[in-house]
Amino acid sequence: MSTPELIAGNSLFHQAMRRLVRNRLAVFGMVIVGIIALAAIFGPAIIFRATGYTYDYIPADSNLVKSFAPSWMHPMGTDNEGRDLLARVLLGGRISLMVGIISTVVSLLIGVAYGATAGYAGGKLDELMMRIVDVLFAIPYMMVVIVLLALFGRHTALGQLFLLFIALGAVSWLTMARIVRGQVISLKNQEFILAARATGVPKWKIVLRHLVPNTLGPVIVYATLEVPAVMLLEAFLSFLGLGVQAPLASWGSLASEGIQNIAVFPWQLIFPGVTMALTLFSLNFIGDGLRDALDPQTKRS
Amino acid sequence: MSLLSVRNLRTHFDTDGGIVKAVDDVSFDLEPGKTLGIVGESGSGKSVTNLSIMRLIPSPPGRIVSGQVIFGEKDLLKLPTEEIRKVRGKRIGMIFQDPMSSLNPFMRISRQLMEVTELHMGHSSKQAREHAVNMLQLVGIPDAAARMDSYPHEFSGGMRQRVMIAMALSCRPELLIADEPTTALDVTIQAQILELIKKIKAEIQTSVILITHDLGVVAGMADTIIVMYAGKVFERASAMDLFDRPANPYTKGLLMSVPDPLRESTARGELYQIPGLPPDPANLPAGCPFAPRCDKAADICRREFPPMVQVAPSHESLCHFAKEVYGESAHLHS
Repeated sequence: MSTPELIAGNSLFHQAMRRLVRNRLAVFGMVIVGIIALAAIFGPAIIFRATGYTYDYIPADSNLVKSFAPSWMHPMGTDNEGRDLLARVLLGGRISLMVGIISTVVSLLIGVAYGATAGYAGGKLDELMMRIVDVLFAIPYMMVVIVLLALFGRHTALGQLFLLFIALGAVSWLTMARIVRGQVISLKNQEFILAARATGVPKWKIVLRHLVPNTLGPVIVYATLEVPAVMLLEAFLSFLGLGVQAPLASWGSLASEGIQNIAVFPWQLIFPGVTMALTLFSLNFIGDGLRDALDPQTKRS
Repeated sequence: MSLLSVRNLRTHFDTDGGIVKAVDDVSFDLEPGKTLGIVGESGSGKSVTNLSIMRLIPSPPGRIVSGQVIFGEKDLLKLPTEEIRKVRGKRIGMIFQDPMSSLNPFMRISRQLMEVTELHMGHSSKQAREHAVNMLQLVGIPDAAARMDSYPHEFSGGMRQRVMIAMALSCRPELLIADEPTTALDVTIQAQILELIKKIKAEIQTSVILITHDLGVVAGMADTIIVMYAGKVFERASAMDLFDRPANPYTKGLLMSVPDPLRESTARGELYQIPGLPPDPANLPAGCPFAPRCDKAADICRREFPPMVQVAPSHESLCHFAKEVYGESAHLHS
């Protein structure tokens, strides 16, 4: 080695990641979520290549019963219309994961911006902004989502989906805002913020570069736990028939169809249900693992 | 022409217990290239004085009620926010008490150092990096170029304080405010850091305000010393005069509180302390705030606020009996 060795430095974040990969449950969760995500992304195309079925292909035969039990041709069976259930579950995964992730990102952006502003500004502005959050908290958010979907939805399947992202994100940023505000308030009186101000760093830079990165620990944990929560919410809405509309599918809407025929065609409920439960479990494991990794002192023994 | 001239500065805090006059009518001057020591107990208003100079008082509850801070012919208290930002870090650098918490734990040392010169000197990131390496070498970080990409938690307390000094001095400020720079460090490191401040002060020709409660620290560093108590300046003198002939009972008490192995009572195992506690700052007694703890206190002390008495050409003391105390101190030495 001719060049002098650089001491790159180990950020606290890297150390946390190292603790995370030592947590078996979290690694299990990440593997499962990874497999399901990959399957959801590439699965439908592979099935089409292999068997010729797509999520919305309805066979044109006149059998009275179209829902077949699992077979080599249809590993998860078919639904009421004779559509391949595996293709539908994978598509449902795509949509469910998308709803979970996009809505969480929406809530993350609103919540962090709102909470950091309120926390750093302090005083009357903070008071006002947090009272607004209190008021919004008092409104049953399920109602808001249902009203939003009922008023603006049902034009196109995709429009409905887009509305779902917005509606779920819009109701789930409140807790995020509170978490970020609390963090910012406890951080802004720390000496390093004073030191940054004493070197003349402008306000927006203090918030963006010094405060927000230091709040990321709890925010990441909350966000990872928010993804399964939103997915569950979406499943609930779809179950009620307000969410994703056929021929699109989500795990919630598949379960909703499946439960109507549970006595006769149990696979219609079992496959989407199990897949969804497995994903939610795994996401929660990841969230718990992240919390332990980012804040090792509060780790439950 | 003095570099910094603080006139009748008053900073108050609105608390539930009433108005706390943390800094009440404080005035002092600092000549270019000189070091001013500010000494006092916790809560005497040392730090608030200097945060007021930088306009860094948390508001609310704090507010600067009146006064002037003339720095380079401008009153800092009247500058718009944009202008004061250009003074902070560029013309006045500041070091804080606890090096463990005054660096951002999520940013590399290099980034934090570079931020200052990119901001004030318009450095490109390459220039800023070079400058940061130079500064780290100046403050005695070995292998600076290789270590600067570390995170703060990978440095020891003494090294972090060195980084803070490098940061504060990056833009070659005219004034360096060091707020108890050695309090959180162990004794051997304390001496190193003080030596470093002294060395760099000479090198870049900056003035220093050194805040401390440790008389030993100011003794070797300061040209002039002001002693603060309950938000007021109690005594102002050159370092020599203050240690040699204190003219205020409070200063005398502080000097007595430093254990001196040669003193007879210390040799017997007795340590002196000023009796009583500092007064409740929201509820100061009428008259002299030190009267309840002072062995010289007479009726007049409890009734009337003491005057600032000039006992020698550049030696003032806030006491009804300043001249007598000054006289007694001389007697002690003869």
